[in-house]
Amino acid sequence: MKNKGMIFGCSILAVILLGVAMLVIWGIGAYNNLVTLNESVNQSWSQVENQYQRRADLIPNLVNTVKGYADFEKGVLTAVTEARSKVSQMTVTPEILNDPAAFQKFQSLQGELSSALSRLLVTVENYPNLKANENFLQLQAQLEGTENRISVERKNFNETVQTYNTAIKRFPTSMLAGIFGFGEKQYFKSAPGSETAPKVQF
Amino acid sequence: MKYFVLLFFSGCLAFAQPQVPELNQWATDQTATLSPDQINSLNFRLKTYEDSTSNQLVVLMIVTLEGYPIEYYSYDVAKKNKIGTEKRDNGVLFLIAKKDRKMRIEVGYGLEGVLTDAHSSSIIRNVVAPHFRKEEYFAGITAGINAIIAAIGGEYKIVKEDKKGNAGSTIFTILFILVMIFLFFFRGKGGGRRGGPIIFTPGGFGGFSGKSGGFGGFGGFGGGGGSFGGGGASGGW
Repeated sequence: MKNKGMIFGCSILAVILLGVAMLVIWGIGAYNNLVTLNESVNQSWSQVENQYQRRADLIPNLVNTVKGYADFEKGVLTAVTEARSKVSQMTVTPEILNDPAAFQKFQSLQGELSSALSRLLVTVENYPNLKANENFLQLQAQLEGTENRISVERKNFNETVQTYNTAIKRFPTSMLAGIFGFGEKQYFKSAPGSETAPKVQF
Repeated sequence: MKYFVLLFFSGCLAFAQPQVPELNQWATDQTATLSPDQINSLNFRLKTYEDSTSNQLVVLMIVTLEGYPIEYYSYDVAKKNKIGTEKRDNGVLFLIAKKDRKMRIEVGYGLEGVLTDAHSSSIIRNVVAPHFRKEEYFAGITAGINAIIAAIGGEYKIVKEDKKGNAGSTIFTILFILVMIFLFFFRGKGGGRRGGPIIFTPGGFGGFSGKSGGFGGFGGFGGGGGSFGGGGASGGW
């Protein structure tokens, strides 16, 4: 009788242990998967950031080239310089992706810089000499190329984030994500007019 | 509900991008502007260039973008056809939308350092556009290709090791020869039918020509898996 109870107890224990082991194995797999997804989000975020940085680096050169044209509207240039300095004052870490407010701020600052730049490029239309300046044309090409890269990287980033966000929200991985603190990531919402790549005027 | 569905579909059509072609040649002209001879000469030039450098340079001339941004379209074409090798991302797409009078040079990740946006833009403005304004499309494209090749210069010269297709057909050749030798000896030993002809139907050779056909003896274009990040420049004429 006693013996039978022990066998019974043992087998229940074995089943429980087996269940726990399976759960742990599943957990490890799912956790590793989340880590991989998280990393790929960070990686594509750094691509986006690189391109924004590249744009910011081009601006001093652009401003200097344009400045040479004595009567060039000062207001337009100041707007670009100011927007750029605001952008570069903001310290950006991948943590920003977990913080809706900071992400929103990043996006709006970059947006301001974009619109200041596009105003600059529109104003240039009134300066035929500047438009014929090879140096300026090259800077313009670099700037447009960078804007285009930004839009490509933003799109890739959004796709990666979407995969990640879907993964952490799906049951049962969602429980694991909760335990280990995998939060939802922010992604870019397109501002009006930003869906179309920059236009090139000649 | 019915109206809603209709509306939905018409919405889709309005924003539909022009069809993204699957390219099987280095030079493709959908506008019937270039003569077959001109296309052949472009194909020959670009194929030789790929064979000697592994850089894939592809020319596509379409009729119209239907208002779709050229940057998006060329990215889609480059991505779909995987221009460039996977290892080096060394693909370049030279896209021309004839009716829109727009063109773009789309540069793969691996070549962005040598064929910069400024380079590409300068090629479009100073090399190609003057020809296109005079309606000299072939001359413009040829000049553009030459300038692109010159800009890329010595980057990624002579690489042969990542040619999967070649490796495959080499193995095939060796196997084929082995089989022939084997058959020869086997038949020799069999005795009874000595001297009988060994007939191979042309079908037996099929294994070799995986890449040929489609385009006058050269073997068609096949993308190598290169990726793009939006580098390059656009312009008009």
